[in-house]
Amino acid sequence: MLQAVALHCSRGERRLFTDLNVKVERGSLLAVVGENGSGKTSLLRIFSSLLPPEQGSVLWEGQDIQQLKELYSAELTYIGHLNAIKDDLTPLENLMSAMSLTGESCSHNGAKEALEAIGLKRPIHHLPSKVLSQGQKRRVALARLWLSTRPLWLLDEPFTSLDTAATGVVTQRLHTHLQRGGLAVVVTHQEVALPAETIQRLRLTG
Amino acid sequence: MSGSNMWEAVSGIVRRDLLLAMRRRSDAAMSVFFLVIVVSLFPLGVGPEPAVLRIIGPGVLWVAALLACLLSLGRVFTADYLDGVLEQMVLIPQPLAILVVGKILAHWLISGLPVVLLSPLLGLQFGLSGEPLGVLVMSLLLGTPTLSMIGAIGAALVLGVRGSGLLVALLVLPLYVPILIFGAGAVTSSMAGIGGEANLSLLGACLVLSLFLAPWATAAALRIALE
Repeated sequence: MLQAVALHCSRGERRLFTDLNVKVERGSLLAVVGENGSGKTSLLRIFSSLLPPEQGSVLWEGQDIQQLKELYSAELTYIGHLNAIKDDLTPLENLMSAMSLTGESCSHNGAKEALEAIGLKRPIHHLPSKVLSQGQKRRVALARLWLSTRPLWLLDEPFTSLDTAATGVVTQRLHTHLQRGGLAVVVTHQEVALPAETIQRLRLTG
Repeated sequence: MSGSNMWEAVSGIVRRDLLLAMRRRSDAAMSVFFLVIVVSLFPLGVGPEPAVLRIIGPGVLWVAALLACLLSLGRVFTADYLDGVLEQMVLIPQPLAILVVGKILAHWLISGLPVVLLSPLLGLQFGLSGEPLGVLVMSLLLGTPTLSMIGAIGAALVLGVRGSGLLVALLVLPLYVPILIFGAGAVTSSMAGIGGEANLSLLGACLVLSLFLAPWATAAALRIALE
């Protein structure tokens, strides 16, 4: 269970949100919506522990993530709005090095299957990523979700530049994750097509 | 967390950085070419007098090695910062400092080791031979990793700042001064016949000290850069 307790956040002079309380149970997804600049990404970065909260705390299974540190990192998969892809490496190399970095090393075949699951066909696996389109790069980044065994997924605008087919596939993957008792926080402008009882909405007003 | 996981993270990042350097050979070769060109310009400018060249040789080689290192510092973290890989690095379930060791090791293998390997050839240009030449290689072997480590702190501190290239030079060059003095001093004293051991042990001490401190300082600077 992920819980935010009395979070305050301001960037520069601007106050983004104050006294934010929210609780995400296993098997459910928190969709964070709001206008541009309302603090959605900041909230996700606080959840990921990249950004320490100004006040308040984030609890994972009842413990402060600031104290859990690396133990908390071992529980989450974070995909930011940057794809974390090297232009000079192929999608396959990118995916495998991303997985070995997070300590979830995968086999060659596992990585190929993940790329295929998100709709990247075999010939693309061996092209340098710089020749891929934005949507294809986003798919390479999201392919990590097929290999991740972590219970908590933090996704920043996962559907940006994805086509409808890929959006459907990713949504389906999210659904499977929730059914297995995982939880997710997703920053998005789009509706997430999941059963209503699994989705919890948080609107930030800025 | 187990030791094998840590080793996996470090070796993974070293392998990835070496692979990237192989894909962009021109970038990696730039600092080595810079070194060769700078060092070769001195005999042309100062004149071919062997006695003069032998005196300025150690200093010239060391200053050139130092500038070559400085030239490549911008590449240590900037690309990872811009494409978001750095965020992923901060979020790994190992201490960030461990990963920083891997980044520094990769940087040294790409830009420091070639300098060490080329130095005997460049030393010959300046009329160095025998023991002083050996001491030169040894001093660079001990000194260039220290340059990479101190440089990594600077590179992490200026991450995301405009005009960071100049800023990192201002930050890091003063810290390079002791390494330069001990390094060039080792060769000079070996040429004077009093042996370079004292200076070499000082270089070794600097190496151990920076290995102990630099990864933590760099990791802290990286976290601040990402906030």
